[in-house]
Amino acid sequence: MDKEKIKGFIAARAARELADGDVVNLGVGMPTLIPQYLPAGVKLILQCENGIIDSIKPSAEEAEPEFAVDAGGQSALAAPGGAYIDSSVSFGLIRGGHVDCTILGALEVDEKGNLANWIIPGSKVPGMGGAMDLVVGAKKVIITMEHTARGKAKILKQCRLPLTAAGCINLIITEMGVIEVSKDGLVLTEINPEYTFEDVQKATEATLKISESLKEMA
Amino acid sequence: MPKWVTAAEAAALIPDGASIMVGGFMGCRSPHRILGELANLGTKNLTLICNDGGMPSGPSGEPLYGVAKLLANRQVKKMYGTHVGLNPEVAKQMNEGFLDVSLVPQGSFVEMIRAYGAGLGGVLTPTGLGTIIEQAAHVHSVVEIDGKKYLLERPLGADFCLICGYKVDKAGNIWYKGTTRNFSEAMATAAATVIVEADNVVELGGIPPEDVVTPGMLVDYVVDGGRQDG
Repeated sequence: MDKEKIKGFIAARAARELADGDVVNLGVGMPTLIPQYLPAGVKLILQCENGIIDSIKPSAEEAEPEFAVDAGGQSALAAPGGAYIDSSVSFGLIRGGHVDCTILGALEVDEKGNLANWIIPGSKVPGMGGAMDLVVGAKKVIITMEHTARGKAKILKQCRLPLTAAGCINLIITEMGVIEVSKDGLVLTEINPEYTFEDVQKATEATLKISESLKEMA
Repeated sequence: MPKWVTAAEAAALIPDGASIMVGGFMGCRSPHRILGELANLGTKNLTLICNDGGMPSGPSGEPLYGVAKLLANRQVKKMYGTHVGLNPEVAKQMNEGFLDVSLVPQGSFVEMIRAYGAGLGGVLTPTGLGTIIEQAAHVHSVVEIDGKKYLLERPLGADFCLICGYKVDKAGNIWYKGTTRNFSEAMATAAATVIVEADNVVELGGIPPEDVVTPGMLVDYVVDGGRQDG
């Protein structure tokens, strides 16, 4: 699969984790592809941390980027039935457990469900934005990412980069498979039939357990 | 009642070395007119409290969107923010050792400002536990309450608050359009002097009291931005 296909494949799988009516916050990049893969009858309430509940993409005529943007700075609108809120209320909803799921990318993840995705000391210091609050507060945290970066493992025994939060991840979805974070470590629950378990383990620094009900990832 | 000033007069109220908190998200409805005048004045050694460093360009292609004007001009020595990756000037000045940036998780950032404005001694949040944020200067300590750990984040206030409202009435009451209230509602409570740029100035009653987001009693100065679509 080329890069674009991989992104679509991962986003499509992530879309199946979401249920109708879920309040969801999507990180920038790959997670923003997820809405186009939602099964029929599933409508999400997208929350943008800068202050939208039920965010939708406006038409060119409706767009007012001077007055309404999403957390990625793109034109957005609150849908009829949605709301604009301030940052305090928005993060209160996030930390207070009112957001069902957040889906975001990662630089590194590890066996304990630790996440590193906000800083590469000495190289990139963009800041955490809302990510630290989101992964601490959302009921379910899903990481969507390519399994490796330039051939190097990203799923590690222990994160080497500074953490975004400790033990916050529930599920990791890559082009090779789906991995659950359990108290006994990382469990491969689905595998892309293009790969063997050995392939997946070889691309993973952490030790993977195989689920008793391992399924094909599609 | 607030005083009415031009954007240039508002900018001139801010001395060298002042701390300013500026509303807006990636430049979206930062007080662009006042920031433009502050950049013209070249006021130095500012401490900037703003979510981000603005953007190299705005939605219409205008250069230096939001606080990016002040950063490009090297008017800021110290910054508190949550995400500065979209304005490369920030990383450049950090690497040169010119600009000192304290990164704060966004939910803590707004709540620290709210705490200052509400007379609270700090914010207890689980955000940042187990990360390098525990050692940040804006964190007082890690505390345990009834068996749960939290970071105790310090309140965050400023000398000046610069925000923009879509409708501002003659008493200084503010109504914000779209996503533009973001940090402004908290910031208006947390500075010694609050300056509001009004896209539209409306008569008393032009904002029904039920719809007022920021009460005018908090507002010291208003700049008429001159729009006529409120």
